[in-house]
Amino acid sequence: MDTKLNKYSKQLIIFNGIFILFWLTISIFPFLWTLWGSFKVKADFFSRAEWTYALTGFNTLIETGATTTVKAYVESWFEGEFWRASLNTMIVTVSVVSISLFLGTLGAYALSRSTYKYTFYILIAALIFRAMPHITLVSGYLFPFFQLNIWGILPTTIIVLVAINQPFTLWLLYSFFKTVPKELDESALIDGCSYFQAFRYIIMPVMWPGVVTAGLFSMMLAYNDFTVTALLLNQQNYTMVPKINAFLGTIEHGGNYMWAVSSVVSATAPLFMIIWFFQRQLISGLTAGAVKG
Amino acid sequence: MPHKTFFWFILPTGLAMILFIGLPIVSSFFQSLHIETEQILMEVENCDPFGCKTNVRVDVEATEKLRQENPLGRFNGFGTYTDRNHLAFDEIGEAWNTSSSMSEFKDIVLNLPFYKALLFTLTFCFAVTPPVIILGFIVALSVNTLSKIIKGFIVFGTILPMIVTPLIGSLVLFWMIDSQGIIGASIQILFDDPNLSLKASSNLTWITLIIYGIWHNTPFAFVVFYAALQTVPQDPIEAAYIDGASRYQRVRYIVIPHLYPVATFIMLICLMDNFRVFEPIIGFSAEGVAQSLSWMIYQDLRNENKMLFGSAGATSMLTIIGIAFLLTPVLIRTWKEFRTER
Repeated sequence: MDTKLNKYSKQLIIFNGIFILFWLTISIFPFLWTLWGSFKVKADFFSRAEWTYALTGFNTLIETGATTTVKAYVESWFEGEFWRASLNTMIVTVSVVSISLFLGTLGAYALSRSTYKYTFYILIAALIFRAMPHITLVSGYLFPFFQLNIWGILPTTIIVLVAINQPFTLWLLYSFFKTVPKELDESALIDGCSYFQAFRYIIMPVMWPGVVTAGLFSMMLAYNDFTVTALLLNQQNYTMVPKINAFLGTIEHGGNYMWAVSSVVSATAPLFMIIWFFQRQLISGLTAGAVKG
Repeated sequence: MPHKTFFWFILPTGLAMILFIGLPIVSSFFQSLHIETEQILMEVENCDPFGCKTNVRVDVEATEKLRQENPLGRFNGFGTYTDRNHLAFDEIGEAWNTSSSMSEFKDIVLNLPFYKALLFTLTFCFAVTPPVIILGFIVALSVNTLSKIIKGFIVFGTILPMIVTPLIGSLVLFWMIDSQGIIGASIQILFDDPNLSLKASSNLTWITLIIYGIWHNTPFAFVVFYAALQTVPQDPIEAAYIDGASRYQRVRYIVIPHLYPVATFIMLICLMDNFRVFEPIIGFSAEGVAQSLSWMIYQDLRNENKMLFGSAGATSMLTIIGIAFLLTPVLIRTWKEFRTER
């Protein structure tokens, strides 16, 4: 490669640096600010008089005797029963990821290996299903679920989230399995394996990169969902996101507002850590449909 | 793969999708044709020393019995679709006849709940998408020039707004622009107006929501553009360089044309995702001035004691029709891709 081609002028480097810093401020600062503010009392985080109070913890010092406090965390986790919500989120996320990967790998493998035309129609149907707004599906669930008396419990929500997640998982894994050479399992078939055996012993050992990506997206859907969990679960079974919304609903006493702030931090921190480790997979999944490499 | 094997492989996922995506849409449609049973009224004669009066009261028992027998309510045909809260044909007809000018007619129509929500939804969609594409492209170009060591961290920082759920993302911003939060308070000081609040006027709230939309969607555009930039062929760029093209010209005439298909992809996905805008309205507590179609459905279903299944179903169906319009180009594109692959 010609080195001159990639040599940037000084102005460009400076301008670029400033722009990136500016952009990073916009994208990261709100989270850092919330993290910082969650260790203050409400009078500081929302201080009308002087915004520097949020930095110095002026009122926090008066109210608690120190410039930082974990009061909001302790209260929201125990008094506000946020521990129950995070437990529910864990159950929902783990179940949704494992079930939807199990269903998704089987389906996507079949779709990638079948040469008949109906695979195309199934994929198109999945694309249409993926575009359906979740809230319209929820409006269809509620009535039958009330009649069947399965509303409000975790298993129902898990199955619903798995189903909502299937179209995307299918497409992602389908495009992944397309990149796994056909000869690999074809030779196993010639040697007398059944399709299922070929899948189990030949494909499964090599499919993990694709599965990790698909799993990451399933996890994000289950972890982040608000529409389905807020309307299909009862209060005791709320996961973290609807729980935070419920904290906001009761803003009469100031304490609860900080409960919501600290819960937002508690809910986002694990997600950011996971994404930090699986950033590469996330990006490869997002671009799977868009770019032909 | 033989049909039978294929069937068994696809069965679990297919069943899940049919039962929990296909059927709910049918069920939603079915609900939209029904309306909640009316309360049964009965006349009760109350006699006291001053004479007898007949009062009309709700017959709780009979109403409850009818509800038990007919939980979905009574059949209403397409009545819910045309009522005041949805397409409002009668109201529009009346407005057309009575209003003296076009703008008056427009005002009346845009104050009807459904059209109000539709207006916001479409404004949001079309105001958010172009800035997202432009900003995403600039950030991608900019990050692409950085050295490898810091790239990882910067990409991570850039995608944060996208990976948090819209509710949390909007709350985090909302707390900052609150009149007592850091940005809100600074703006008040800057304009020297202690009553200035982004929540106060409907225009400012719309702008806030749109800015939030751009903030939330740009990372997606960035990621896709960034990946696409890696596939830009180097030879034409080198050739242009030798021919004396400036950096701007190389980007304008080689890189951008190469990325057109990617930009259309981003645009379509962005439009489709933003058509379902709903969580930011809750996060920003903007229900008063900005309602979207999805929010209307949520509102109908939120009250556990009195869920308006019919109304929610009708709005859902109308939303799906809207999605269908946006989805058609995506389907055509996928169709063509499949054709060329085979």
